[in-house]
Amino acid sequence: MALQRELVQPVGGVMASAATGARRRFFRRKVVPWLFILPLLALHFVVVIVPSLQALYYALTDWSGIGQAEFIGFANFRNIMQDHTYRSALVNNLQWMLFFLTVPFAMALIAAQILAPVQRGSMFIRTALFIPYVLPSVINANIWMNLLSPRMGVGAQLDKAGIPGLDIAFLGRPDTALITIAFVDNWHFWGFLMVLFLTAMQGISQDLYDAAKIDGANRVKEFLHVTIPGILPTLAFMMMLVAIWSFLVFDYVWILTQGGPANASEVLGSYLYKQVFNRFEAGYASAIGLTMSLFAGFIIGLFALLRKRGWEI
Amino acid sequence: MFGQRRESSLVPNYVILILLVAFALGPLVVLAFNSLKTAQELVVNPLGFPNSFRPLNFADAWRQGGFQTTAMNSVFLVVTTVALELLLAGLAAYSLARLNPPGHNAFMLYMLVGSTLPIWLFLVPLFYLWSQLGLRNTLYGLTILYVAFNAPFATFLLRAFMVQIPRDFEDAARVDGANEIGVFTRVVLPLTWPGFLTVGLVVGLGVWNEFQTALIFTSDPDLFPVALSYYKFTSRFGRDWTLTSAAAVMMIAPVLVLFLALQRRFIAGLSQGGLKG
Repeated sequence: MALQRELVQPVGGVMASAATGARRRFFRRKVVPWLFILPLLALHFVVVIVPSLQALYYALTDWSGIGQAEFIGFANFRNIMQDHTYRSALVNNLQWMLFFLTVPFAMALIAAQILAPVQRGSMFIRTALFIPYVLPSVINANIWMNLLSPRMGVGAQLDKAGIPGLDIAFLGRPDTALITIAFVDNWHFWGFLMVLFLTAMQGISQDLYDAAKIDGANRVKEFLHVTIPGILPTLAFMMMLVAIWSFLVFDYVWILTQGGPANASEVLGSYLYKQVFNRFEAGYASAIGLTMSLFAGFIIGLFALLRKRGWEI
Repeated sequence: MFGQRRESSLVPNYVILILLVAFALGPLVVLAFNSLKTAQELVVNPLGFPNSFRPLNFADAWRQGGFQTTAMNSVFLVVTTVALELLLAGLAAYSLARLNPPGHNAFMLYMLVGSTLPIWLFLVPLFYLWSQLGLRNTLYGLTILYVAFNAPFATFLLRAFMVQIPRDFEDAARVDGANEIGVFTRVVLPLTWPGFLTVGLVVGLGVWNEFQTALIFTSDPDLFPVALSYYKFTSRFGRDWTLTSAAAVMMIAPVLVLFLALQRRFIAGLSQGGLKG
Protein backbone atom coordinates (compact mmCIF):
# COMPACT_ATOMS: atom_id res chain seq x y z
CA MET A 1 0.00 0.00 0.00
CA ALA A 2 2.74 2.43 0.98
CA LEU A 3 4.77 1.43 -2.04
CA GLN A 4 1.84 2.11 -4.29
CA ARG A 5 1.38 5.63 -3.01
CA GLU A 6 5.05 6.35 -3.44
CA LEU A 7 4.87 5.31 -7.08
CA VAL A 8 1.72 7.20 -7.86
CA GLN A 9 2.69 10.51 -6.36
CA PRO A 10 5.75 11.46 -8.43
CA VAL A 11 3.97 10.38 -11.62
CA GLY A 12 1.04 12.57 -10.75
CA GLY A 13 3.45 15.44 -10.13
CA VAL A 14 4.96 15.17 -13.58
CA MET A 15 1.60 15.06 -15.24
CA ALA A 16 0.23 18.09 -13.44
CA SER A 17 1.03 21.48 -14.85
CA ALA A 18 4.19 23.24 -13.64
CA ALA A 19 2.11 25.88 -11.91
CA THR A 20 0.29 23.37 -9.72
CA GLY A 21 3.60 21.74 -8.84
CA ALA A 22 5.09 25.05 -7.78
CA ARG A 23 2.06 25.89 -5.73
CA ARG A 24 2.12 22.51 -4.09
CA ARG A 25 5.82 22.86 -3.34
CA PHE A 26 5.24 26.31 -1.89
CA PHE A 27 2.48 24.87 0.26
CA ARG A 28 4.65 22.00 1.40
CA ARG A 29 7.79 23.99 2.11
CA LYS A 30 6.46 27.29 3.39
CA VAL A 31 2.92 26.84 4.60
CA VAL A 32 2.88 23.39 6.18
CA PRO A 33 5.77 24.19 8.57
CA TRP A 34 3.83 27.15 9.86
CA LEU A 35 0.67 25.11 10.23
CA PHE A 36 2.61 23.07 12.80
CA ILE A 37 3.49 26.21 14.76
CA LEU A 38 0.23 28.07 14.33
CA PRO A 39 -1.82 26.54 17.19
CA LEU A 40 0.81 27.35 19.78
CA LEU A 41 1.46 30.78 18.33
CA ALA A 42 -2.24 31.63 18.27
CA LEU A 43 -2.62 30.53 21.88
CA HIS A 44 0.34 32.59 23.00
CA PHE A 45 -0.95 35.53 21.00
CA VAL A 46 -4.29 35.50 22.79
CA VAL A 47 -2.93 34.86 26.30
CA VAL A 48 0.27 36.91 26.33
CA ILE A 49 0.67 39.29 23.42
CA VAL A 50 -2.76 40.89 23.10
CA PRO A 51 -3.13 41.46 26.88
CA SER A 52 0.42 42.82 27.04
CA LEU A 53 -0.37 45.39 24.36
CA GLN A 54 -3.66 46.21 26.07
CA ALA A 55 -1.78 46.71 29.33
CA LEU A 56 0.37 49.36 27.66
CA TYR A 57 -2.83 51.27 26.93
CA TYR A 58 -4.60 50.63 30.25
CA ALA A 59 -1.53 51.89 32.10
CA LEU A 60 -2.46 55.28 30.67
CA THR A 61 -6.06 55.14 31.84
CA ASP A 62 -8.23 55.44 34.90
CA TRP A 63 -10.12 52.15 34.81
CA SER A 64 -11.99 50.17 37.42
CA GLY A 65 -11.96 46.98 35.36
CA ILE A 66 -15.61 47.35 34.39
CA GLY A 67 -16.90 49.69 31.73
CA GLN A 68 -15.03 52.43 29.93
CA ALA A 69 -11.40 53.25 30.63
CA GLU A 70 -10.70 56.96 30.77
CA PHE A 71 -7.47 58.11 29.15
CA ILE A 72 -5.42 60.13 31.62
CA GLY A 73 -1.96 60.17 30.05
CA PHE A 74 0.92 59.58 32.43
CA ALA A 75 -1.03 60.43 35.58
CA ASN A 76 -0.71 56.86 36.90
CA PHE A 77 3.05 57.04 36.66
CA ARG A 78 3.12 60.44 38.36
CA ASN A 79 1.04 58.92 41.15
CA ILE A 80 3.39 55.96 41.41
CA MET A 81 6.27 58.36 42.00
CA GLN A 82 4.44 59.83 45.00
CA ASP A 83 2.95 56.57 46.29
CA HIS A 84 4.60 55.73 49.62
CA THR A 85 3.30 52.19 49.68
CA TYR A 86 4.64 51.59 46.19
CA ARG A 87 7.99 52.93 47.27
CA SER A 88 8.22 50.80 50.39
CA ALA A 89 7.13 47.76 48.34
CA LEU A 90 9.89 48.48 45.84
CA VAL A 91 12.41 48.79 48.66
CA ASN A 92 11.21 45.42 49.95
CA ASN A 93 11.71 43.91 46.48
CA LEU A 94 15.25 45.30 46.46
CA GLN A 95 15.95 43.88 49.91
CA TRP A 96 14.52 40.59 48.69
CA MET A 97 16.94 40.70 45.76
CA LEU A 98 19.86 41.45 48.06
CA PHE A 99 18.93 38.48 50.23
CA PHE A 100 18.44 36.10 47.31
CA LEU A 101 21.62 37.14 45.50
CA THR A 102 23.65 36.35 48.60
CA VAL A 103 22.18 33.78 51.01
CA PRO A 104 21.07 31.00 48.63
CA PHE A 105 24.12 31.51 46.41
CA ALA A 106 26.50 31.24 49.35
CA MET A 107 24.69 28.19 50.74
CA ALA A 108 24.52 26.50 47.34
CA LEU A 109 28.16 27.18 46.47
CA ILE A 110 29.46 25.93 49.80
CA ALA A 111 27.22 22.86 49.79
CA ALA A 112 28.10 21.99 46.19
CA GLN A 113 31.79 22.42 46.97
CA ILE A 114 31.68 20.07 49.94
CA LEU A 115 29.37 17.59 48.20
CA ALA A 116 31.49 17.36 45.05
CA PRO A 117 34.26 15.15 46.53
CA VAL A 118 31.79 12.92 48.37
CA GLN A 119 31.11 9.55 46.77
CA ARG A 120 29.18 7.44 49.23
CA GLY A 121 25.63 8.70 49.74
CA SER A 122 26.06 11.63 47.39
CA MET A 123 22.98 10.73 45.38
CA PHE A 124 20.86 10.54 48.53
CA ILE A 125 22.15 13.88 49.80
CA ARG A 126 21.54 15.56 46.46
CA THR A 127 18.00 14.20 46.27
CA ALA A 128 17.23 15.18 49.87
CA LEU A 129 18.42 18.75 49.34
CA PHE A 130 16.40 19.01 46.12
CA ILE A 131 13.10 17.73 47.54
CA PRO A 132 11.82 21.04 48.99
CA TYR A 133 12.07 22.53 45.49
CA VAL A 134 9.43 20.18 44.07
CA LEU A 135 6.90 20.81 46.84
CA PRO A 136 4.10 23.36 46.48
CA SER A 137 4.48 26.82 47.95
CA VAL A 138 1.23 26.56 49.90
CA ILE A 139 2.51 23.58 51.86
CA ASN A 140 6.05 24.83 52.41
CA ALA A 141 4.62 28.09 53.69
CA ASN A 142 2.18 26.34 55.99
CA ILE A 143 4.81 24.01 57.45
CA TRP A 144 6.99 26.97 58.37
CA MET A 145 4.08 29.01 59.62
CA ASN A 146 3.59 26.24 62.18
CA LEU A 147 7.29 25.82 62.95
CA LEU A 148 7.66 29.56 63.48
CA SER A 149 4.56 29.87 65.63
CA PRO A 150 5.42 31.66 68.87
CA ARG A 151 3.12 29.42 70.93
CA MET A 152 3.79 25.99 69.46
CA GLY A 153 6.76 26.24 67.12
CA VAL A 154 10.49 25.65 67.47
CA GLY A 155 10.97 28.89 69.39
CA ALA A 156 8.36 27.93 71.97
CA GLN A 157 9.97 24.51 72.47
CA LEU A 158 13.40 26.06 72.88
CA ASP A 159 11.91 28.44 75.42
CA LYS A 160 10.54 25.49 77.38
CA ALA A 161 13.94 23.85 77.17
CA GLY A 162 15.54 26.93 78.68
CA ILE A 163 16.64 28.85 75.59
CA PRO A 164 14.46 31.97 75.62
CA GLY A 165 14.06 34.75 73.08
CA LEU A 166 13.08 32.82 69.95
CA ASP A 167 9.39 32.41 70.76
CA ILE A 168 8.44 35.56 68.89
CA ALA A 169 5.90 36.09 66.13
CA PHE A 170 8.45 36.25 63.34
CA LEU A 171 5.76 36.75 60.71
CA GLY A 172 3.66 39.13 62.79
CA ARG A 173 6.32 41.72 63.54
CA PRO A 174 7.11 44.48 61.05
CA ASP A 175 10.86 44.19 61.58
CA THR A 176 11.07 40.43 60.98
CA ALA A 177 8.20 39.62 58.57
CA LEU A 178 10.00 40.12 55.26
CA ILE A 179 13.22 38.36 56.17
CA THR A 180 11.23 35.47 57.59
CA ILE A 181 9.32 35.05 54.33
CA ALA A 182 12.62 35.18 52.47
CA PHE A 183 13.98 32.51 54.80
CA VAL A 184 11.05 30.20 54.05
CA ASP A 185 11.22 30.77 50.30
CA ASN A 186 14.95 30.14 50.43
CA TRP A 187 14.47 26.88 52.31
CA HIS A 188 12.53 25.74 49.25
CA PHE A 189 14.86 27.29 46.65
CA TRP A 190 18.51 26.89 47.58
CA GLY A 191 18.76 23.13 46.99
CA PHE A 192 17.79 23.65 43.37
CA LEU A 193 20.63 26.14 43.00
CA MET A 194 22.99 23.70 44.68
CA VAL A 195 22.17 20.95 42.18
CA LEU A 196 22.72 23.34 39.27
CA PHE A 197 26.13 24.33 40.63
CA LEU A 198 27.07 20.73 41.34
CA THR A 199 26.25 19.75 37.75
CA ALA A 200 28.29 22.67 36.44
CA MET A 201 31.23 21.75 38.71
CA GLN A 202 31.27 18.21 37.38
CA GLY A 203 31.85 19.68 33.92
CA ILE A 204 35.15 21.26 35.00
CA SER A 205 38.17 19.34 33.73
CA GLN A 206 40.22 17.53 36.38
CA ASP A 207 43.37 18.81 34.63
CA LEU A 208 42.62 22.32 35.85
CA TYR A 209 42.54 21.13 39.46
CA ASP A 210 45.74 19.15 38.99
CA ALA A 211 47.47 22.19 37.49
CA ALA A 212 46.28 24.35 40.38
CA LYS A 213 47.69 21.80 42.83
CA ILE A 214 51.07 21.81 41.10
CA ASP A 215 51.05 25.59 41.38
CA GLY A 216 50.60 25.14 45.11
CA ALA A 217 47.01 26.34 45.36
CA ASN A 218 45.21 25.57 48.59
CA ARG A 219 41.51 24.70 48.65
CA VAL A 220 40.35 28.30 48.89
CA LYS A 221 42.47 29.35 45.93
CA GLU A 222 41.35 26.30 44.02
CA PHE A 223 37.75 27.33 44.65
CA LEU A 224 38.31 30.96 43.63
CA HIS A 225 40.51 30.37 40.60
CA VAL A 226 39.24 27.08 39.18
CA THR A 227 35.75 26.32 40.46
CA ILE A 228 34.20 29.77 40.28
CA PRO A 229 35.48 30.54 36.76
CA GLY A 230 34.41 27.06 35.69
CA ILE A 231 30.80 27.56 36.73
CA LEU A 232 30.65 31.27 35.91
CA PRO A 233 28.14 30.90 33.04
CA THR A 234 25.70 29.02 35.30
CA LEU A 235 26.39 31.38 38.20
CA ALA A 236 25.82 34.54 36.17
CA PHE A 237 22.73 33.20 34.44
CA MET A 238 21.13 32.21 37.73
CA MET A 239 22.01 35.59 39.23
CA MET A 240 20.19 37.21 36.34
CA LEU A 241 17.12 35.03 36.82
CA VAL A 242 17.07 35.52 40.58
CA ALA A 243 17.36 39.28 40.12
CA ILE A 244 14.42 39.21 37.70
CA TRP A 245 12.31 36.98 39.95
CA SER A 246 12.98 39.31 42.88
CA PHE A 247 10.76 41.90 41.26
CA LEU A 248 8.01 39.37 40.54
CA VAL A 249 7.77 37.50 43.86
CA PHE A 250 4.23 36.86 45.08
CA ASP A 251 3.41 33.32 46.32
CA TYR A 252 5.26 33.13 49.63
CA VAL A 253 4.51 36.73 50.55
CA TRP A 254 0.83 36.34 49.86
CA ILE A 255 0.44 33.02 51.67
CA LEU A 256 2.46 33.99 54.74
CA THR A 257 1.49 37.61 55.41
CA GLN A 258 -0.46 39.09 52.48
CA GLY A 259 2.06 41.94 52.67
CA GLY A 260 1.41 42.71 56.32
CA PRO A 261 1.68 43.66 59.05
CA ALA A 262 0.95 47.24 57.96
CA ASN A 263 2.65 46.81 54.56
CA ALA A 264 5.89 45.74 56.27
CA SER A 265 6.32 42.83 53.86
CA GLU A 266 4.48 44.37 50.92
CA VAL A 267 6.11 43.67 47.57
CA LEU A 268 5.10 45.00 44.17
CA GLY A 269 3.29 41.77 43.29
CA SER A 270 1.08 41.77 46.38
CA TYR A 271 0.51 45.51 46.04
CA LEU A 272 -0.61 45.10 42.43
CA TYR A 273 -2.92 42.26 43.41
CA LYS A 274 -4.59 44.46 46.04
CA GLN A 275 -4.97 47.32 43.59
CA VAL A 276 -6.88 45.09 41.16
CA PHE A 277 -8.96 42.94 43.46
CA ASN A 278 -9.46 45.01 46.60
CA ARG A 279 -9.46 48.56 45.28
CA PHE A 280 -10.56 48.00 41.65
CA GLU A 281 -7.83 50.28 40.30
CA ALA A 282 -7.17 48.22 37.18
CA GLY A 283 -5.56 51.12 35.31
CA TYR A 284 -3.19 51.93 38.15
CA ALA A 285 -2.41 48.22 38.56
CA SER A 286 -1.52 47.99 34.87
CA ALA A 287 0.92 50.85 35.35
CA ILE A 288 2.47 49.05 38.34
CA GLY A 289 2.78 45.86 36.27
CA LEU A 290 4.48 47.83 33.53
CA THR A 291 7.05 49.24 35.95
CA MET A 292 7.73 45.73 37.28
CA SER A 293 8.35 44.56 33.73
CA LEU A 294 10.67 47.49 33.14
CA PHE A 295 12.73 46.58 36.21
CA ALA A 296 12.97 42.99 34.95
CA GLY A 297 13.84 44.25 31.48
CA PHE A 298 16.52 46.48 32.99
CA ILE A 299 18.17 43.45 34.60
CA ILE A 300 18.18 41.59 31.27
CA GLY A 301 19.62 44.66 29.55
CA LEU A 302 22.32 44.95 32.21
CA PHE A 303 23.43 41.38 31.70
CA ALA A 304 23.32 41.73 27.91
CA LEU A 305 25.52 44.79 28.23
CA LEU A 306 28.03 43.03 30.49
CA ARG A 307 28.19 40.15 28.06
CA LYS A 308 28.78 42.54 25.16
CA ARG A 309 31.63 44.17 27.05
CA GLY A 310 33.40 40.85 27.14
CA TRP A 311 32.26 39.26 30.38
CA GLU A 312 32.08 35.56 29.80
CA ILE A 313 28.62 35.05 31.17
CA MET B 1 36.39 14.38 40.68
CA PHE B 2 38.40 14.23 43.88
CA GLY B 3 38.23 10.47 43.94
CA GLN B 4 41.83 10.15 45.11
CA ARG B 5 41.19 12.13 48.28
CA ARG B 6 40.99 9.83 51.28
CA GLU B 7 37.52 9.18 52.70
CA SER B 8 38.70 10.01 56.23
CA SER B 9 39.36 13.61 55.24
CA LEU B 10 35.69 13.92 54.27
CA VAL B 11 34.31 13.69 57.79
CA PRO B 12 33.75 17.45 58.10
CA ASN B 13 32.00 17.40 54.73
CA TYR B 14 29.63 14.70 55.91
CA VAL B 15 28.89 16.55 59.14
CA ILE B 16 27.88 19.72 57.31
CA LEU B 17 25.95 17.82 54.67
CA ILE B 18 24.00 15.86 57.25
CA LEU B 19 23.06 19.11 58.98
CA LEU B 20 21.88 20.52 55.65
CA VAL B 21 19.87 17.38 54.92
CA ALA B 22 18.29 17.70 58.35
CA PHE B 23 17.42 21.31 57.56
CA ALA B 24 15.83 20.28 54.24
CA LEU B 25 13.94 17.22 55.46
CA GLY B 26 13.32 18.02 59.15
CA PRO B 27 10.24 20.15 58.51
CA LEU B 28 8.80 17.39 56.32
CA VAL B 29 9.41 14.79 59.00
CA VAL B 30 7.59 16.99 61.53
CA LEU B 31 4.75 17.31 59.02
CA ALA B 32 4.50 13.53 58.69
CA PHE B 33 4.60 13.11 62.49
CA ASN B 34 1.87 15.68 63.06
CA SER B 35 -0.40 14.14 60.44
CA LEU B 36 -0.68 11.06 62.69
CA LYS B 37 -1.18 12.66 66.10
CA THR B 38 -4.40 13.28 67.95
CA ALA B 39 -5.28 16.92 68.46
CA GLN B 40 -4.73 16.48 72.20
CA GLU B 41 -1.24 15.14 71.76
CA LEU B 42 -0.28 17.85 69.29
CA VAL B 43 -0.85 20.57 71.89
CA VAL B 44 1.75 19.07 74.22
CA ASN B 45 4.00 17.55 71.58
CA PRO B 46 3.92 19.76 68.46
CA LEU B 47 7.29 18.73 67.00
CA GLY B 48 8.28 15.30 68.25
CA PHE B 49 7.64 11.70 67.34
CA PRO B 50 3.93 10.75 67.61
CA ASN B 51 2.91 8.68 70.61
CA SER B 52 -0.68 8.51 69.49
CA PHE B 53 -1.69 7.16 66.14
CA ARG B 54 -4.78 8.53 64.42
CA PRO B 55 -4.99 7.64 60.73
CA LEU B 56 -8.53 9.02 60.80
CA ASN B 57 -6.91 12.45 60.37
CA PHE B 58 -6.54 11.60 56.72
CA ALA B 59 -10.18 10.68 56.30
CA ASP B 60 -11.24 13.84 58.14
CA ALA B 61 -8.95 16.05 56.08
CA TRP B 62 -10.08 14.32 52.88
CA ARG B 63 -13.71 15.02 53.70
CA GLN B 64 -13.44 18.48 55.24
CA GLY B 65 -10.95 19.66 52.65
CA GLY B 66 -13.20 18.49 49.84
CA PHE B 67 -10.30 16.52 48.37
CA GLN B 68 -12.63 14.41 46.31
CA THR B 69 -13.46 17.48 44.24
CA THR B 70 -10.14 19.30 44.35
CA ALA B 71 -8.01 16.27 43.58
CA MET B 72 -10.20 15.56 40.56
CA ASN B 73 -9.89 19.20 39.48
CA SER B 74 -6.13 19.06 39.75
CA VAL B 75 -5.89 15.73 37.95
CA PHE B 76 -8.04 17.16 35.18
CA LEU B 77 -5.81 20.25 34.95
CA VAL B 78 -2.61 18.21 34.93
CA VAL B 79 -3.84 15.75 32.31
CA THR B 80 -5.35 18.29 29.93
CA THR B 81 -2.45 20.73 30.28
CA VAL B 82 0.21 18.09 29.74
CA ALA B 83 -1.63 16.52 26.80
CA LEU B 84 -2.28 19.81 25.07
CA GLU B 85 1.23 21.08 25.80
CA LEU B 86 2.87 17.98 24.38
CA LEU B 87 0.68 18.13 21.29
CA LEU B 88 1.07 21.83 20.51
CA ALA B 89 4.67 22.28 21.61
CA GLY B 90 5.59 18.95 19.99
CA LEU B 91 4.21 20.08 16.65
CA ALA B 92 5.90 23.47 16.89
CA ALA B 93 9.20 21.99 17.99
CA TYR B 94 9.13 19.47 15.15
CA SER B 95 8.61 22.21 12.63
CA LEU B 96 11.41 24.31 14.13
CA ALA B 97 13.82 21.39 14.26
CA ARG B 98 13.08 19.92 10.86
CA LEU B 99 10.86 21.81 8.45
CA ASN B 100 12.75 25.12 8.33
CA PRO B 101 9.72 27.40 8.33
CA PRO B 102 10.61 30.75 6.80
CA GLY B 103 11.20 33.19 9.63
CA HIS B 104 11.77 30.54 12.27
CA ASN B 105 14.50 32.60 13.92
CA ALA B 106 12.02 35.40 14.49
CA PHE B 107 9.65 32.92 16.09
CA MET B 108 12.36 31.55 18.37
CA LEU B 109 13.24 35.08 19.42
CA TYR B 110 9.59 35.77 20.05
CA MET B 111 9.34 32.69 22.26
CA LEU B 112 12.43 33.78 24.18
CA VAL B 113 10.99 37.25 24.76
CA GLY B 114 7.56 35.78 25.47
CA SER B 115 9.01 33.57 28.20
CA THR B 116 10.52 36.55 29.99
CA LEU B 117 7.40 38.71 29.97
CA PRO B 118 6.18 38.60 33.57
CA ILE B 119 2.56 37.69 34.19
CA TRP B 120 2.20 40.94 36.12
CA LEU B 121 2.57 42.85 32.86
CA PHE B 122 -0.47 41.36 31.17
CA LEU B 123 -2.39 40.04 34.16
CA VAL B 124 -5.01 42.78 34.41
CA PRO B 125 -6.18 42.75 30.77
CA LEU B 126 -5.95 38.97 30.71
CA PHE B 127 -8.19 38.76 33.76
CA TYR B 128 -10.88 40.89 32.12
CA LEU B 129 -10.45 39.11 28.78
CA TRP B 130 -11.01 35.77 30.53
CA SER B 131 -14.10 37.22 32.23
CA GLN B 132 -15.54 38.39 28.93
CA LEU B 133 -14.84 35.10 27.19
CA GLY B 134 -16.50 33.20 30.03
CA LEU B 135 -13.24 31.36 30.72
CA ARG B 136 -12.75 32.68 34.21
CA ASN B 137 -13.94 30.16 36.80
CA THR B 138 -13.60 27.27 34.38
CA LEU B 139 -11.03 24.50 34.41
CA TYR B 140 -10.60 24.82 30.64
CA GLY B 141 -9.70 28.46 31.13
CA LEU B 142 -6.90 27.52 33.53
CA THR B 143 -5.68 24.77 31.20
CA ILE B 144 -5.33 27.25 28.35
CA LEU B 145 -3.34 29.64 30.56
CA TYR B 146 -1.03 26.89 31.81
CA VAL B 147 -0.39 25.63 28.28
CA ALA B 148 0.47 29.13 27.11
CA PHE B 149 2.73 29.92 30.09
CA ASN B 150 4.69 26.68 29.67
CA ALA B 151 4.86 26.85 25.88
CA PRO B 152 8.31 28.46 25.50
CA PHE B 153 10.00 26.01 27.87
CA ALA B 154 8.30 23.00 26.28
CA THR B 155 9.04 24.11 22.74
CA PHE B 156 12.72 24.78 23.36
CA LEU B 157 13.28 21.55 25.24
CA LEU B 158 11.49 19.38 22.67
CA ARG B 159 13.27 21.10 19.81
CA ALA B 160 16.61 20.35 21.48
CA PHE B 161 15.68 16.67 21.57
CA MET B 162 14.45 16.61 17.99
CA VAL B 163 17.44 18.22 16.30
CA GLN B 164 19.48 15.24 17.51
CA ILE B 165 17.58 12.64 15.46
CA PRO B 166 19.48 11.60 12.33
CA ARG B 167 17.68 12.88 9.26
CA ASP B 168 18.19 9.55 7.50
CA PHE B 169 15.54 7.99 9.73
CA GLU B 170 12.93 10.45 8.57
CA ASP B 171 14.00 10.25 4.95
CA ALA B 172 13.65 6.50 5.10
CA ALA B 173 10.10 6.89 6.34
CA ARG B 174 9.31 9.41 3.60
CA VAL B 175 10.62 7.01 1.00
CA ASP B 176 8.18 4.52 2.45
CA GLY B 177 5.46 7.01 1.65
CA ALA B 178 4.78 8.53 5.06
CA ASN B 179 3.49 12.08 5.10
CA GLU B 180 4.66 14.69 7.64
CA ILE B 181 2.17 13.56 10.25
CA GLY B 182 3.24 9.96 9.72
CA VAL B 183 6.92 10.85 10.03
CA PHE B 184 6.13 12.70 13.22
CA THR B 185 4.14 9.93 14.86
CA ARG B 186 6.10 6.93 13.61
CA VAL B 187 9.71 8.19 13.63
CA VAL B 188 10.11 11.33 15.68
CA LEU B 189 7.86 10.42 18.57
CA PRO B 190 9.37 6.99 19.31
CA LEU B 191 12.87 8.49 19.30
CA THR B 192 12.19 11.59 21.35
CA TRP B 193 9.84 10.24 24.02
CA PRO B 194 12.34 11.00 26.81
CA GLY B 195 11.97 14.66 25.89
CA PHE B 196 8.20 14.38 25.96
CA LEU B 197 8.35 12.60 29.30
CA THR B 198 10.60 15.30 30.75
CA VAL B 199 8.32 18.09 29.56
CA GLY B 200 5.28 16.22 30.80
CA LEU B 201 6.77 15.74 34.27
CA VAL B 202 7.93 19.33 34.65
CA VAL B 203 4.71 20.84 33.34
CA GLY B 204 2.58 18.39 35.32
CA LEU B 205 4.47 19.15 38.53
CA GLY B 206 4.12 22.87 37.90
CA VAL B 207 0.36 22.58 37.37
CA TRP B 208 -0.17 20.39 40.44
CA ASN B 209 1.71 22.90 42.62
CA GLU B 210 0.43 26.06 40.95
CA PHE B 211 -1.12 28.68 43.22
CA GLN B 212 -0.97 32.21 41.86
CA THR B 213 -2.88 31.79 38.59
CA ALA B 214 -5.50 29.61 40.22
CA LEU B 215 -5.97 32.17 43.00
CA ILE B 216 -6.57 34.92 40.48
CA PHE B 217 -8.69 33.08 37.95
CA THR B 218 -10.95 30.92 40.11
CA SER B 219 -13.29 31.92 42.91
CA ASP B 220 -15.70 28.98 42.78
CA PRO B 221 -14.73 26.43 45.50
CA ASP B 222 -16.02 23.58 43.32
CA LEU B 223 -13.29 24.41 40.81
CA PHE B 224 -10.36 24.87 43.19
CA PRO B 225 -7.24 22.86 42.39
CA VAL B 226 -5.56 21.21 45.41
CA ALA B 227 -2.98 23.96 46.04
CA LEU B 228 -5.53 26.75 46.13
CA SER B 229 -7.92 24.59 48.12
CA TYR B 230 -5.17 23.81 50.61
CA TYR B 231 -4.51 27.51 51.06
CA LYS B 232 -8.19 28.17 51.78
CA PHE B 233 -8.33 25.07 53.98
CA THR B 234 -5.44 26.26 56.15
CA SER B 235 -7.00 29.68 56.54
CA ARG B 236 -10.17 27.96 57.82
CA PHE B 237 -8.71 25.10 59.87
CA GLY B 238 -5.32 26.73 60.45
CA ARG B 239 -5.38 25.97 64.16
CA ASP B 240 -5.89 22.28 63.68
CA TRP B 241 -2.42 21.14 62.67
CA THR B 242 -3.35 17.49 62.60
CA LEU B 243 -5.85 18.12 59.81
CA THR B 244 -3.70 20.54 57.81
CA SER B 245 -0.72 18.20 58.14
CA ALA B 246 -2.73 15.20 56.98
CA ALA B 247 -4.03 17.23 54.02
CA ALA B 248 -0.48 18.29 53.17
CA VAL B 249 0.79 14.72 53.29
CA MET B 250 -1.96 13.61 50.91
CA MET B 251 -1.15 16.44 48.55
CA ILE B 252 2.60 15.90 48.38
CA ALA B 253 2.66 12.11 48.54
CA PRO B 254 2.00 11.57 44.82
CA VAL B 255 4.54 14.26 43.96
CA LEU B 256 7.21 12.69 46.13
CA VAL B 257 6.63 9.16 44.85
CA LEU B 258 6.84 10.32 41.25
CA PHE B 259 9.85 12.49 41.96
CA LEU B 260 11.78 9.73 43.69
CA ALA B 261 10.96 7.26 40.93
CA LEU B 262 12.02 9.56 38.10
CA GLN B 263 14.34 12.00 39.83
CA ARG B 264 17.05 12.14 37.17
CA ARG B 265 14.53 13.18 34.56
CA PHE B 266 12.89 15.66 36.92
CA ILE B 267 16.16 17.27 37.89
CA ALA B 268 17.38 17.48 34.29
CA GLY B 269 14.08 18.97 33.16
CA LEU B 270 13.82 21.48 35.98
CA SER B 271 17.42 22.56 35.44
CA GLN B 272 16.84 23.16 31.76
CA GLY B 273 13.60 24.90 32.58
CA GLY B 274 15.47 27.53 34.57
CA LEU B 275 13.60 30.09 32.53
CA LYS B 276 10.41 29.14 34.31
CA GLY B 277 9.56 31.10 37.44
